Amino acid sequence: MLALIAYYQQRIKTSFIVQSQYRVALAIWMIGLVLEPVIYLVVWRTVAESSGGQVGGFTPGGFAAYYIVLMVVMHLTQIWHMWEMEYLIRDGTMSGRLLRPIHPIHQDVSENIAYKVLMLIVVIPASLFLVVVFQPDIQTSLWDALLFMPAILLAAVLAFMVGWVVALAAFWTTRTLAINEFYFISMFFFAGQVAPLDLLPDFIRRVADLLPFRWMLSFPVELFLGRLTAQEALEGFSAQVIWIGLAWLALRWVWTQGVRRYGAVGG
Amino acid sequence: MVRWGARAMRYLRLFGLFFRIGMLNELEYRANFFIQIFQTLLGLLVSLGGLSIIFSHADNLGGWKPDELLAVVGIYFLVGGLINLVIQPSMQKLMEDVRQGTLDFLLTKPEDAQVLVSVRQVQIWKLVDIVLGLLVLTVAVVRMETVLTLWTVVSFVLMLLAGAIIIYSFWLMLATFTFWFVKIDNILVIFQSMYEAGRWPVSIYPAWLRVILTFIVPVAFAVTIPAEAAVGRLTPAMLLGGLALAAAMLILSRWFWRFGIKHYSGASA
Repeated sequence: MLALIAYYQQRIKTSFIVQSQYRVALAIWMIGLVLEPVIYLVVWRTVAESSGGQVGGFTPGGFAAYYIVLMVVMHLTQIWHMWEMEYLIRDGTMSGRLLRPIHPIHQDVSENIAYKVLMLIVVIPASLFLVVVFQPDIQTSLWDALLFMPAILLAAVLAFMVGWVVALAAFWTTRTLAINEFYFISMFFFAGQVAPLDLLPDFIRRVADLLPFRWMLSFPVELFLGRLTAQEALEGFSAQVIWIGLAWLALRWVWTQGVRRYGAVGG
Repeated sequence: MVRWGARAMRYLRLFGLFFRIGMLNELEYRANFFIQIFQTLLGLLVSLGGLSIIFSHADNLGGWKPDELLAVVGIYFLVGGLINLVIQPSMQKLMEDVRQGTLDFLLTKPEDAQVLVSVRQVQIWKLVDIVLGLLVLTVAVVRMETVLTLWTVVSFVLMLLAGAIIIYSFWLMLATFTFWFVKIDNILVIFQSMYEAGRWPVSIYPAWLRVILTFIVPVAFAVTIPAEAAVGRLTPAMLLGGLALAAAMLILSRWFWRFGIKHYSGASA
């Protein structure tokens, strides 16, 4: 355990130094992160303005609050290893990682943490800019803000695990692009990116409750904005914990199967 | 005039040639065709899903009726397909060639270098996007139930052409910057995320974003203005403005390309 902590300390420090070398690339990724929420913020704000000031309980300021918080949560829960895993396996880099006396996931976790912390340097000014431009109507109680902390932590853990399971598909196929896109489109509809889930048809909302996606994204957002009752919040936390348990089992199983299947390429 | 026509024909033949090469390369990987269909359909799902959710709560978006927005979606796919078919892959190849020094081989060929770099990489499966875009646009126009006037058709075709020219010139100028700053392929990422904004008419965005989407990354000219022509809302002044801008961008990018190539000292020699 102590060895693992030491490993994380060193890894995070290294990733931090490595990633801060690519400052322009970081700034450019930022545009991608900001633009999508801004597009849907604008679309929904326009809808709210043209239908008498509110849609489904959201005012223009309400939409602004929703999408700005969504952007921050998207940043804190993002994972990109599904884009890299295929390359690592095809390239043979995975062979080297498997030889180390430590599970390869730890390296990805520490890179992920380092990136999220480092990028706060850009995410915070970007959200302040959006706050000034779009005038969100945020009425968050201290209680909501406190509950938001564990919710975002659980969401980040869950998103990372689910994303890593998706990435492991690369052990079986080289056509991971299609799988990844399927994953991201599920996030788009079921995790509250296209619209707050309250605005979706009942049927889709019910499906979204049963899938892991909304617990990785829209749940912390709604919690922070004080849109959930105490019971809904409790249900949300339970769903997060249950899904983390399931994702953990899936991860272990898929990983053992995948490594068994792995025929090293290169070296 | 005859000379110009002959030259245009030669360039078209050249494009046809590269198109055939791209096709021969890709026909080995036919599964990619189905992957492309899958991807295009997912993209369409994002657009149509978004539209249907919005129009379950409102009957227009910033003055655009559902069928008119459907036309925007069609044009978004059509133009995006065109960009990804030839403009973007060719420009990416150019950036890579400058970095690796292999551009020198191209410069020795007895044909205008700008034409060669602009058409030589073709991703044929992106035709799927173009076909689908045309289909969606046709459905939208039929559903609008307006009588198609000659003005609508002509102005739409002209604005589509102008949009394509503006986007092409924009890309060429970006790619020309590689002569000075070798590693700028991240700019591609910016363009791709900015193009996403074109799913919706730029008129709904706040002024600062509209300016960016019109003059810095010309998404407005690529999608929104052709769409306004298609729904019959384009004024003659806008038509003239679009054509003038396209001509100006073409000349400017041509000049900038020549200026850049003069600065290029080659890497392999």
